[in-house]
Amino acid sequence: MTLNAFYFLSFLAIMSAIMVVLSKNPVYSVLYLIITFFCIAGHYTLMNAQFLAIVHIIVYAGAIMVLFLYVIMLLNLNKESEPHKSNVLKFAATICAGLIMLVLIGSLKGTENMLQQQPAAADIGLVKTLGKVMFTEFLLPFEITSVLLLAAMVGAVMLGKPESR
Amino acid sequence: MSEFLIYKLILVGSVFGITLFVAAYSTYAERKVAAFLQDRVGPDRAGPFGIFQPLADGMKFIYKEEIIPVVSNKFLFVLGPCLAMLTAMMAGVLIPWGNTLIIGDQVYSLQIADLNVGILYVFGVVSIGVYGIMIGGWASNNKFSLLGAIRASAQMISYEIAMGLSIIALIIMTGTLSLGEISAQQAGGVGGDWNMWNVVYQPLGFLIFIVCAFAECNRTPFDLPECETELVGGYHTEYSSMKLGFYLFAEYINMFVSSAVISTLYFGGYNFPFMNDLGLDHNTISIIGTVVLFGKISFFIFFFMWIRWTIPRFRYDQLMNLGWKILIPLAVFNIFLTGLVMILLK
Repeated sequence: MTLNAFYFLSFLAIMSAIMVVLSKNPVYSVLYLIITFFCIAGHYTLMNAQFLAIVHIIVYAGAIMVLFLYVIMLLNLNKESEPHKSNVLKFAATICAGLIMLVLIGSLKGTENMLQQQPAAADIGLVKTLGKVMFTEFLLPFEITSVLLLAAMVGAVMLGKPESR
Repeated sequence: MSEFLIYKLILVGSVFGITLFVAAYSTYAERKVAAFLQDRVGPDRAGPFGIFQPLADGMKFIYKEEIIPVVSNKFLFVLGPCLAMLTAMMAGVLIPWGNTLIIGDQVYSLQIADLNVGILYVFGVVSIGVYGIMIGGWASNNKFSLLGAIRASAQMISYEIAMGLSIIALIIMTGTLSLGEISAQQAGGVGGDWNMWNVVYQPLGFLIFIVCAFAECNRTPFDLPECETELVGGYHTEYSSMKLGFYLFAEYINMFVSSAVISTLYFGGYNFPFMNDLGLDHNTISIIGTVVLFGKISFFIFFFMWIRWTIPRFRYDQLMNLGWKILIPLAVFNIFLTGLVMILLK
């Protein structure tokens, strides 16, 4: 049951991720990306990480993608207004994406042993467990992340301010 | 296992049915309340006091001509109302509709699923609820629809933040995210076991939450997405027949669900005063509790309508100012206050 669900979600996630790239219409791309995010949230649920799954949906599907859709609809992008990309740019993009894939595969290779050593506890993804770990063991990274977010927020406000002269 | 499945299926089916029924009769109630507030009679032709009006309206919607604009994106045009309806129905599984029923030696909970991230799930459903409106508005290929959709998304994202912050104060106080546990914590009340509903401890949080609930449901005074003086009909300008019906219906379902969430979070859910002093057995109390919960929900639905027919619409910049400059700072202040009081009382 769990394995079947895993295969189904993975298939859906990969297919819609491919469709994000292949779709001509940017609105379709965003909608496929939303499906991908839902599949990933499903994977989190399969791994018993309910909190992560729901936060993933709220933050990515519920907020970030809405803003994406908002901007794309407002700009009213279509084929005619799409800027023409030169071959050099396409070549550079392909190399960058290939390198990122190499890095990801490399990091996956390192995780093979970790899976064997730590069998996942049933309550590993619950809010209580996560909160305890986050506010004790990983307090410093957590605080640094929040400072980073605050800096980004201040930056956004500064950019959005009308210039006073 | 099969018995468990059957019981859950019955529960899901009845929640689904009741939601649709309440939403249908909310449309009737809305017209009656409007009539009452404006000193009119309201619908009174279909059946005694017009109680078959929702049936007549539904029939009319189904028999009307279905128009899909030629320039629209057909798939997304149909998907829009479907999504609006789907996301509206989704939050109902989390609401504890009553306490447990004990039949034989089996304990049956009247809540479909008590997730341990309960409130966050409701929040997630609310946040994806905007897609129905956005997709429908964009797919119509009409400037008014698009403007309505963009207004709706900006409004919902802005008010989600304040809503989330107001819930955080409640979570600090209750120490749980599960709606079932939050309901159970408010048991008792006036009588032998002294206990207060959350609204007594969180008046400011409740105020922020209900204002945000109005904005999330696109109800007056925040119904800017369908502001007919500026946008013809807003995001559903191009819709006709039952697809328009779905959009309008989804609004009433949202209203019902948010009334249920408000009752559960702040007004004790299925609990009522003197519930443990009556000396009745557990099942009877549970059934009365469910009836009481529906009473509370009805009151909040009435409250939604009352506001609608009393207060005029905000201007869009006023709406944004209220959301970002008043509600969010207030909600943050409320979190600080709650945290401070919690530490002092410890």
